[in-house]
Amino acid sequence: MDSVPFPILTAITFVPLAGALLLLFLNRQSKELLRWVALVAMLVDFVVSLFAYSLFDPSSAAMQLVEDHIWVRDWGISYKMGIDGISLFLVLLTTLLGPIVVLASWKDIKVRVKEFLISLLFLQVGMLGVFVSLDLFLFYVFWEIMLIPMYLLIGVWGNPARKLYAAIKFVLYTIVGSLLMLVAILALYYTAGKVSGVYTFDLLKLYDFPVPLQAQFWMFLAFFLAFAIKVPMFPFHTWLPDAHTEAPTVGSVVLAAVLLKMGTYGFIRFAIPLFPNAAMDAAWWICLLAVIGIIYGAWVAMVQDDVKRLVAFSSVSHLGFVMLGMFALTAQGLEGSILQMINHGLSTGALFLIVGMIYERRHTRLIAEFGGLSKVMPVFAVFFMAFTLSSIGLPGLNGFVGEFLILLGTFKVYPWYAVFAASGVIFAAVYMLWMFQRVMFGEVTNPKNLGLKDLSAREVVVLLPILVFVVWIGVYPNTFLKPMEPSVKNFIQQVENKRAAVMNIEKAKTHSSNRWAEQMLTSSTPARTVDR
Amino acid sequence: MMSIPEVNLGGILPAVVLCIAGLVVMTVGLYLRKGLIATSAIISLVGVLIALMANAPLRMLNKQAFSGLISLDAYTWFFNLLILIATGLTVLTSVRYFTDDGLNLYEYFVLLLFSAAGMMFMVSGNHILTIFVGLETLSISIYILSGILPVNLKSKEAALKYIVLGAFSSGIFLYGAALLYGAAGSLSLPALAKYFQAGQISRMAVAGMGLLLVGFAFKVAAVPFHMWTPDVYEGAPTPFTGFMSVGVKAAAFAAFVRVFFEALTALQVDWTHILWVLAVLTMILGNVAALVQENIKRMLAYSSIAHAGYILIGMVAGKEAGTAGMLYYLLAYTFTNLGAFGVVALVGRKGEANVMIDDYRGLAKVHPLLALVMSIFLFSLAGIPPTAGFMGKFTIFSAAINSGYIWLVIVGVLTSAASVFYYFRVIMKMYMESPETAPTKLQFGPAMVLALSIATAVVLYIGIFPTTYLNLATESVKPLF
Repeated sequence: MDSVPFPILTAITFVPLAGALLLLFLNRQSKELLRWVALVAMLVDFVVSLFAYSLFDPSSAAMQLVEDHIWVRDWGISYKMGIDGISLFLVLLTTLLGPIVVLASWKDIKVRVKEFLISLLFLQVGMLGVFVSLDLFLFYVFWEIMLIPMYLLIGVWGNPARKLYAAIKFVLYTIVGSLLMLVAILALYYTAGKVSGVYTFDLLKLYDFPVPLQAQFWMFLAFFLAFAIKVPMFPFHTWLPDAHTEAPTVGSVVLAAVLLKMGTYGFIRFAIPLFPNAAMDAAWWICLLAVIGIIYGAWVAMVQDDVKRLVAFSSVSHLGFVMLGMFALTAQGLEGSILQMINHGLSTGALFLIVGMIYERRHTRLIAEFGGLSKVMPVFAVFFMAFTLSSIGLPGLNGFVGEFLILLGTFKVYPWYAVFAASGVIFAAVYMLWMFQRVMFGEVTNPKNLGLKDLSAREVVVLLPILVFVVWIGVYPNTFLKPMEPSVKNFIQQVENKRAAVMNIEKAKTHSSNRWAEQMLTSSTPARTVDR
Repeated sequence: MMSIPEVNLGGILPAVVLCIAGLVVMTVGLYLRKGLIATSAIISLVGVLIALMANAPLRMLNKQAFSGLISLDAYTWFFNLLILIATGLTVLTSVRYFTDDGLNLYEYFVLLLFSAAGMMFMVSGNHILTIFVGLETLSISIYILSGILPVNLKSKEAALKYIVLGAFSSGIFLYGAALLYGAAGSLSLPALAKYFQAGQISRMAVAGMGLLLVGFAFKVAAVPFHMWTPDVYEGAPTPFTGFMSVGVKAAAFAAFVRVFFEALTALQVDWTHILWVLAVLTMILGNVAALVQENIKRMLAYSSIAHAGYILIGMVAGKEAGTAGMLYYLLAYTFTNLGAFGVVALVGRKGEANVMIDDYRGLAKVHPLLALVMSIFLFSLAGIPPTAGFMGKFTIFSAAINSGYIWLVIVGVLTSAASVFYYFRVIMKMYMESPETAPTKLQFGPAMVLALSIATAVVLYIGIFPTTYLNLATESVKPLF
């Protein structure tokens, strides 16, 4: 499998870039053409990623489709990419949403279409790059590149009132975290290099290096900050509602569906396996923050009068689940957590699309403005209902599987956390259904809503693929859990081994220093006797 | 018996060529009236190109010339190259600026070339006096250049401030040199090194070192010796501000590093402490002050102070890695900042109009490509990959962490994060806001297009494929160690 000569991950990452470059040379006036080119680029990318999926061996835990080239030789920087069961579906989620967001923006974005599509394609490059990079330097480059297009998406095509504030807030929050992470990356690089003699940014080699306990604490802290801001975990979440509310629909979709996953993915791929001792020590606290996030997000969502803000806060709550399952560090918890990343991407992404669709029709998102839409827009109502239920975690749809696994995995380790987290599921039902009821049911109170058109064919095409996966994961999750399993098992094993290794080293250190003290004592005793 | 000192013009040929080119421009200026600026620019560019060729052999040398007054080595070669690149790009970005006002200020090019020649002497100096003479040559040209705009009061103010403070700093520098001479009996760097290594260091010598440090800190605009920078940068003609921010800085850092790493290594522990403090102050003050600027030239002035702080980190980190990091950083900074100032010069058409950050509103709508190019420069200044500026910060931070200065790096990254705010503010204006009045189209001119294309291409290229240039920097600092 690994002998595939075609650099397929490079292709997945850079096909959108090729699309963006092509767009650069097209006339900005022919907007339809621009949109088609972007759509085709995204579709090609999706097809290539499906091809990668077909090559992926679900029974193996190893990194697959690995590409490894030297980039900066003297510094041990390599261009190394690969995927395993953990990143596979995140890549697929990203490429699946690519064409969907282009389609969704078809009517929504009317000004500066060219720049918009280029930003979107660039964003895709950054996100895919993060998910496939196996070199810390390469990862960091993609991680930062992604900032710029997202900044532009919010700042240029956002809601005029507060877009500038939201855009710069997003950038500043993210960059503080990521720059501190850069310091930690460098510190890790030198710590490992000085001990082992091999200076490298290669993630797989750094996995094997036991970082001393004290250093682990600081490096984990830096990585934690970077990722926790991105996830975002309570109390680092305050940029999220602003960014979501002000971003254009498509921006929100990408932000919720993929971008936030970069944070959670970062924990699994980098922070935990590189610094397992620190991660385990911090797990209790991180889980606490996660539970607070779940409940807090849900409560705040309940009182929102703007549908989009409501969905944004529901994100904070859902990502709390993802973090909780991850830091329980059990096989079920982790699998649930990874699956929940996908689920959240699908259902919250879809909800943002839905919100965008009513916003396009009514130019408001206030719940009070609506009511009784199900009579006017029956098709829309069906989709909305399905995604609402998926978000709540109704059995038979995707959300249930993920949350169930997470709670199962957490209960073994932190039963009380699981209990409190479960209450988050109930709250989710409250705020989502209450919102749905106010928007969709009852009489049409506002005459403006009488003339609303139901979904167009394009909009159905946008939502349908997501719905298919929502049901698929809900009914037969094994398609998705099976390829994860070996990687997750391997992950837990690896973390456990490394943790033990570090503990042994530390023990040996204290032991040897004890022995040294003993020797000092014993050797000094005879000297004294001689004196006497 | 008197021996006739060996005269090897080959070693200083690049500087000589620039001087000759300057003289030619001067002569042509006497006779030509029409198209004078364009002609002067072409002559200057030819001079720069010939000097580049004359500079090439230095890379392979490692020797002293003129009785040990100057060093001809890869280090000199690298900085000569940097200075020539800066001069060439500045000539290109200046053409339109000086044809627009119709004043035929051909003297601008003459002085530009002379100051570049002064810089070259400064970077090759192996003797404090050579360095001082180079420093004065470049300073005097630069004082005049800052005030060259005839009717512009701000420009006059800038020049006056610069002269007064510059003379003061030159005095301090010279005083330091005198003290060193009194202690060591010589001002040649190898002799000084021998004196300091011998171990009996007099207080006078230490004071001399301190005064030299102040003199250099003034030229590189490190806090608290930065006071002149914002005013001078604001008042000077825009393309020339770009030249000052990279050329003077590069030359001053080159001499700074050479003197301190060649002659004063014995005191490294002491001056590293001082530089550590300077670096922290410089980064914090530069970035914080830049946050509140409304004038883009002042903003870039404070940003250039901040960058001096980052470069100082490399000096604190020391060793080959740290100094090589400085060289790479300066290379990246040269292209980035000249590009940014080129755009500022272009947008501020007819001299010094449109220099407020608000004047960039809606630029992306009228000139999408120009806005993109400016964004790339700003990303590079902010240190966002995959630009040269990112690799520059990366090399320097990396060297500092390797030397154990982790807190310094943390200050560095946090202030970088703050810098994102003001760099992105310009991008925000360009892409996300609309101007009050309908913006007019800018006239580009081939020279400006060429300069901006080169700068953009290099900023991206050495950011993505840095290996060759990192090696180049490492190889160039070898003569110092």
